[in-house]
Amino acid sequence: MTTSIKHQGGFIVSAGIAGVILSPVLFILISGISAEPDIWLHLKQYVLPGLLKNTAFLVTGVICTTACLGVSLAWLTSFYEFSGRRYFEKLLLFPLAIPAYVMAFIYTGLLDFSGPVRTFLRAHTPELGAFFPEIRSGWGAVLVISLAIFPYVYLMASSGFRSMSRSMVEASQSLGGGRLFTLLRVTLPMARPWIFGGLILVFMETLADFGAVSVFNYDTFTTGVYKAWYGFFSVNAASQLASILVIIVLLIFATESYFRKKQQFYNRGSQQQIQRQTLNGMPHILASAFCTGVFLISFAIPVGQLLVWAIEAFEVEFSTHYGKLVTNTLFLGLMGTAVTISVAVILAYSGRLMKDMKTGAVAKLALSGYALPGTVLAVGIVNVVAGVDKNLLGALNVLGIPISGNILQSSLVLLPLCYMIRFLTAGYNPVFSNMTRITPSIDEAANLMKISGIKLFSKIHLPLIRRGITTGSILVLVEIIKEMPVTLMLRPFGWDTLAVKVFELTSEGEWERAALPAITLVLAGMIPVMLLSFIGRNKERNKK
Amino acid sequence: MKKIILTVSMLLIVFSSWAIAAQEELVVYSARKEHLIKDLFEKYEKEQGVKIKYITGKAAVLLQRILSEGKNTSADILLTVDAGNLWHAAQKKVLSPVKSQILNHNIPAHYKDPENRWFGLSVRARTIVYNTDKVKKEDLSSYEALAGDEWKDRLLLRTSKKVYNQSLVAMLIATLGEDKTRSIVSGWVNNLAAPPYSSDTKALEAIAVGQGDVGIVNTYYYARLMKKNPNLPLEIFWADQAGKGVHVNVSGAGVIKHSQKIGQAVKFLEWLSEKEAQKIFADANMEFPVNEAVAPHDYVRGWGKFKESTMNLAKAGELQARAIKLMDMEGYK
Repeated sequence: MTTSIKHQGGFIVSAGIAGVILSPVLFILISGISAEPDIWLHLKQYVLPGLLKNTAFLVTGVICTTACLGVSLAWLTSFYEFSGRRYFEKLLLFPLAIPAYVMAFIYTGLLDFSGPVRTFLRAHTPELGAFFPEIRSGWGAVLVISLAIFPYVYLMASSGFRSMSRSMVEASQSLGGGRLFTLLRVTLPMARPWIFGGLILVFMETLADFGAVSVFNYDTFTTGVYKAWYGFFSVNAASQLASILVIIVLLIFATESYFRKKQQFYNRGSQQQIQRQTLNGMPHILASAFCTGVFLISFAIPVGQLLVWAIEAFEVEFSTHYGKLVTNTLFLGLMGTAVTISVAVILAYSGRLMKDMKTGAVAKLALSGYALPGTVLAVGIVNVVAGVDKNLLGALNVLGIPISGNILQSSLVLLPLCYMIRFLTAGYNPVFSNMTRITPSIDEAANLMKISGIKLFSKIHLPLIRRGITTGSILVLVEIIKEMPVTLMLRPFGWDTLAVKVFELTSEGEWERAALPAITLVLAGMIPVMLLSFIGRNKERNKK
Repeated sequence: MKKIILTVSMLLIVFSSWAIAAQEELVVYSARKEHLIKDLFEKYEKEQGVKIKYITGKAAVLLQRILSEGKNTSADILLTVDAGNLWHAAQKKVLSPVKSQILNHNIPAHYKDPENRWFGLSVRARTIVYNTDKVKKEDLSSYEALAGDEWKDRLLLRTSKKVYNQSLVAMLIATLGEDKTRSIVSGWVNNLAAPPYSSDTKALEAIAVGQGDVGIVNTYYYARLMKKNPNLPLEIFWADQAGKGVHVNVSGAGVIKHSQKIGQAVKFLEWLSEKEAQKIFADANMEFPVNEAVAPHDYVRGWGKFKESTMNLAKAGELQARAIKLMDMEGYK
């Protein structure tokens, strides 16, 4: 089939990408080795045990909650017909536009002791008010973060369910398999790569989260990283803690690909779409009610609260500066997305060409940036880039070009690169999952017709993975729009974004004023999210 | 093709660096938020013709950025909140000592670095606030007293991860010693009515609705909240008046060692320490001016005069790591 040169090529490309991505991660690992021992000892003795427990609780909780929500919603909307189904299909993606840190300050605002809900309860039913659980707790953090990120699982599971062929489900049902049996033994196992992909996003997102947990004052591993840095001013100790995160992620990757290896399958005949069963009676009402409930809690209520606050604070907070903030946000988002998705496609494609262990492993390494807290990653990048800058300056000065200052560091090149390192997973997973649709027989057919190389890619493979590319791009775009720590640290002068504004105001405890940039951010994030649902619909129509 | 792109980008870089050099400007890395500095910086540009460019972020992050930029840094001034942060910047040798008559005259000694590497520009007091429906003023005295059993389940605090609390505890260590401070922190943790809040404002709101009765906050948060809702049953109490006095801290600035415009930068700091700028700087956030010739905002003055701790704030930085460790040991989250 493919020549050995191509084989090498695929590996070299992947290794090159992984090299660029890993250089900051390596910096973190290396500076972790030389950590100050007294800080490390202190953290190990008094801080780490609690952090590990909290982190494990948070990650497990969020994975379980998002899996339940995401998969059940995807299953309902993909296989059943009930009132509002057409709308819910799209509405349930909307929470993607709300950053977890915004969701966190909205819900603590609503449900804290001094918030409107508990104040109302205390005034009217004191017994109930007294028993109201504390939102600033592990459970609160799990619920609120889950609300913000369950759409990843929903989205991926839906893609999985929809690219499933009708024949499988029908076969199961014609052999007497009930709804539950079909779900558990046929549908779910078939959709596993997608669901896993979604859950891995959720896992990494939760592990890297700092904004949301700090609103809850719920100490996790990331909090420890920042404590070492902001409190002890030791980037090395922070790096040491962050190294542990990297190692955990790599272990998870290794296990996941081991399980994936065992289960290699391809989809055929995706043309015949599954016919939705119409629900009646109680199941019908329950399905609609469930979707309505989730939508209300994860989107309508938070956005409503933001709007109320934003209107209250509009006069103090609004300025003409907002136009610039919006365009900055979108421009950086689009630039970052273009870079990220190109790299994702190249990486996934070389992985497919190669199909060997080492390329696969290298590709996985390249994805590890997603679990690093943004700021820690940014430190790694800044240091690597500062090194490059110095050498570049030296070289230019030798050549007689008199330049002073930072070239890369103060330029716009750095941010998109950094977004790529951080969000490659979000772009890669949909593309990679979609690649399973390119069956070996397609290659064989192409081979018989003497189509190969670039032409094979652009004429045959690319159209097949277009959906993955679109989904990936949109996910990355939403992520970048919401991204805060990396932008905060690396933006050049005059490149403030909406997320930066939200940070400025929330860190001063000005929730009402922060609502204005936050609602604008949600609206900006809605653009790609709407595109996402629109594409889904078009695709379906084309199929019919 | 590649050569053309390379040449064009080189030219762009050269031109852009010329363009930057041609304009008179200073670059400030600021941990003080944009909405608190913007107007003042624009005023300086209007009056003195020097444009102030700034980028905001967290203190530790900005410091790291300066460190990694090294000699190539574009920063001329580092402006942060909390003396602890400034102390660390001085410690990492990114700040240049400054000799200035004007600064020495305008800024009292305990608000600046003994070696003149950083200068306080506004003063914030961290003191006790109480719910007037539930606490009598006479029952309050010092930070220390809030560790007593009579405050069980009545105290609300902000997280120990906030530098303001780290500095407060560091100053307690400096005055009372480590053992004593440790038992105070332990008492506070015992007395908490709810897990520590992520912000002073949240803690104040909770005190107002009676989740707890007292708390320790920076006064400008109180001012902000009362401005929005003047009817809240909250009142300020000046802590430790029989002892060392209220714990104060500064937001302040230093000149970056690798700056190419140290003279200009010092001039800007001097301007900030003068009467007119001081008034704007402090009033923007309901803080106290460092320059004693300037009166605080009328509303702030309404809280009455108080005795403040005059221990040099460099101590807060010096003892910060010990303060954090101590709070970790006592389980102050």
